[in-house]
Amino acid sequence: MLNHNDIKDLLARALQRSRADETEVLYLGLDEALTRFANDEIHQNVAESNHALVVRVAQGKRVATLSTTDISDTGLDRALEETLDLARLQPENPEFPGFGPPTLFDETPLAYDEATAAATPESRARAVGEVLRYALDRDVNTSGAFRTARYDWAIANSHGLYATTPTTLADLTLVAMTPTSSGYAADAAWQVGAIDVAARGREAVDKAVRAQNPRPLEPGEYPVVLESYAARDLLTFMGGGASAMGIHEGRSWMSGRQGETLLAPQITICDDPTNPALWPMRFDFEGTPRQRVDIVKAGVVGDAVYNRLWAGKLGVANTGHGLPPFSPFAPQQAMGGFGPMPMHLELLPGDTPLEEMVKGIERGLYITRFNYTRVVHPREMVVTGLTRDGTFWIENGQIAYPVQNLRFTQSYVEALQTVRAVGNAPQRERGYFTISSAPALCLEKFRFTGTTGF
Amino acid sequence: MKDLTTIALNRAQLLGATYADVRILTAREQGVSVRNGVAQEVNTVSHAGFGVRVIIDGAWGFASSATLTPTEMETVTAQAVAIARASALFLRARVDLGPVEAHRDVYRTPYRINPFDVPVEDKLTLLLETDRRMRVGPDIKVTSGNLVAVHKHQFFASTEGADIEQEIIETGGSIMALAVKDGEVQRRSYPNVFRDQHTEGWEFIERLDFLGHAERVGNEAIALLSAEQCPSGVTTLILDRTQLGLQIHESCGHPTELDRVFGTEAAFAGTSFLTPDKLNTLRYGSGLVNLTADATTPGALGTFGYDDEGVPAQRVPLVRDGLFVGYLTSRETATQLARLRGEDPALARSGGTMRASGWNRIPLIRMTNINLEPGTWDFDDLIADTDEGIYMETNYSWSIDNLRLNFQFGTELAYEIKGGKFGKLYKNATYTGITPEFWNGCDAICNAEHWGVWGVPNCGKGQPSQTAHTGHGAAPARFRNVRVGVMK
Repeated sequence: MLNHNDIKDLLARALQRSRADETEVLYLGLDEALTRFANDEIHQNVAESNHALVVRVAQGKRVATLSTTDISDTGLDRALEETLDLARLQPENPEFPGFGPPTLFDETPLAYDEATAAATPESRARAVGEVLRYALDRDVNTSGAFRTARYDWAIANSHGLYATTPTTLADLTLVAMTPTSSGYAADAAWQVGAIDVAARGREAVDKAVRAQNPRPLEPGEYPVVLESYAARDLLTFMGGGASAMGIHEGRSWMSGRQGETLLAPQITICDDPTNPALWPMRFDFEGTPRQRVDIVKAGVVGDAVYNRLWAGKLGVANTGHGLPPFSPFAPQQAMGGFGPMPMHLELLPGDTPLEEMVKGIERGLYITRFNYTRVVHPREMVVTGLTRDGTFWIENGQIAYPVQNLRFTQSYVEALQTVRAVGNAPQRERGYFTISSAPALCLEKFRFTGTTGF
Repeated sequence: MKDLTTIALNRAQLLGATYADVRILTAREQGVSVRNGVAQEVNTVSHAGFGVRVIIDGAWGFASSATLTPTEMETVTAQAVAIARASALFLRARVDLGPVEAHRDVYRTPYRINPFDVPVEDKLTLLLETDRRMRVGPDIKVTSGNLVAVHKHQFFASTEGADIEQEIIETGGSIMALAVKDGEVQRRSYPNVFRDQHTEGWEFIERLDFLGHAERVGNEAIALLSAEQCPSGVTTLILDRTQLGLQIHESCGHPTELDRVFGTEAAFAGTSFLTPDKLNTLRYGSGLVNLTADATTPGALGTFGYDDEGVPAQRVPLVRDGLFVGYLTSRETATQLARLRGEDPALARSGGTMRASGWNRIPLIRMTNINLEPGTWDFDDLIADTDEGIYMETNYSWSIDNLRLNFQFGTELAYEIKGGKFGKLYKNATYTGITPEFWNGCDAICNAEHWGVWGVPNCGKGQPSQTAHTGHGAAPARFRNVRVGVMK
């Protein structure tokens, strides 16, 4: 992996060698390692050292992009020439907003932890081993993954913009299983020390033990207590609707509703890249300063997130939510463009402890987590998915017994209109390339449409 | 490349590896796309790197790097060895790979027109004209189209003596129109919104005929805005081959992955209801249902010469005449299964389905081409033979539980079938079921004339995540007693 000075030099060399009208270079580097375990042993244990230089050139309003792992001078020249050739073949893109204005960012890392960057296979194995031993003592089979990573992002353009940061990230997922049940726990943080692996292990294992021998339950509409893991699913889908692209194109649940009181007053959703408890970042992948955006404020539908293209098209301020033109580490993923996207979603906590939520329900469900959730219809955010890893029946304010997993088909907009309470203890979790945070939720009704038999 | 692979393998053995393999991959991918009549940035991804997999003290280690130099080969191999030693700290059973696989061969995707030889201008012209034709009315708010070309060149070598060179070419594309009016949003795509992709050249795109389908796609999106909501109830369902392809993918492909069955994917994707006690005993589907994992299907997206453990591509039956008879296997899991069933593990051959998404990932058991073999029906006869039911086409949404039993799919478009004829158009169609009940309700499959393969370029699995390219052959088929209309 390149060091800070190497990266700066690489970007400077690339800009210097470019013959295009405008050039933008984005460096993405990673040293990522993941220890994966199942059936009481470490079965997959991997490390990756990767980098890519994403070159964007504009010749007037003709734009092309190329990503390469060859960062030698020869590689740079080849990439720049090829990208320029491709740009010349393009028709003009009238929507191209140009690359970012000259900006120099503070280079002090906001979220870099040496212990996370220096984590070893042995340190991950030792942490995982504590979970395995705790589970084995209780006849529970655990599986999961513990990842530590260092990422380096830097962007520069021919207008004089330069931004760089190293950052770190650690994340843990755990599934504990008995022959008839399972439990789940997860965490993510930019400091590996902030993740209490043993405590998360106890959480998953103890849940699996409590969830054994689940009883069948008829589908229907029930009040629910959603643990933070399940609540995060609602946050992810609702937050994803904040893309200016989706809103403008009329396919978001927010389309035509900004300023309207649509959700319960306890619901506030924001995207906050400044929160040090999540994964703070100064700039987006277009070199724009990241800003906090209030997507829902006390139930009122709020603001969209923007990148350069959509801010320019709609004539509004850019909130700094631009993504790379595509992921060089997962090519073919961005065909057609993602548009702007929130990466630091938070459902702000309320003041109700989880136990109080359960006490308030006469007959209802306690749900640890949702699985395989997909949008059935985007406008009302109708989503289908299943419960997983610990579902319980609540009766007379107490958890009565575990129940078999259920399928739901539910509008998340409607679900968040009937909120009884919002939890006081938010939990972090990693998404594809994000960390988000949600507390537990107690909802008046949730519609279950099928059973699983397990 | 031979010099580099030798460095890694020698280094691994010097450090005590009882087995090692190395994959060096160079790849180039090009994407051309148009959105709302505007050509988007042409993008090209060019990447190269290598991954080394070792077994030390019976445990696995893997490390990879984008820096292709002899020194880095040595460093990364040593890193893989150190990782394997850490894995050995928590080891239950030593890895047993079963019989040696020491093939030396070269495989190249057959194609007629190299998709990288087609000028970018021609690709943009095709997409821009397609985009224009999809805009059939003011209610079409979004149109898009994309074309993808992939070239992968891989060298695989192992300490067992394997030495395999493979060159894979893929070509794919899709078009989509989104209609929006009065709060209703309806999408229509062709061949589907994810993109259809084959191991073929540009001839595949020519065959897709985007221009010929563009106006229909736009018109159908608009028609869906005023279509009736799909009714709720239990009825007869006929699926087109693309939706059926995804049904096969989710409810047959994934549960037959033997790593899922053995619990090694439990933390992420889940496990499987197809436990080993069900092998050769479970009636998975009706007697008409024959499902095969076929990595040799010409042109299909899951077609190759050798998997990423150096095992030759094969055709493996999964369900024969309705009976569950086989798994997707690796060298390690085939050996485990043999041991579990009291068979000689030394004779257990892998089905050749270990595939990595790139040089930076370990191979996992992945679908190749999971095909539903054709039946005997003509499509028109099948509709005529159906008194009452629903026809559904092109996937919109998909969800299935972690054992792969309870599924729910939505499709872009559906038609009523009444008295053996197509009737009303329905929007927001969904259907749901339990895997073996659904497949046992299959009472008709169309014949080979209606059969085709469909590529899924976005199959997710593993931690860290991997995206696999799989294929699915199918012809339209009929299923009885299916619950439909689960929208609200």
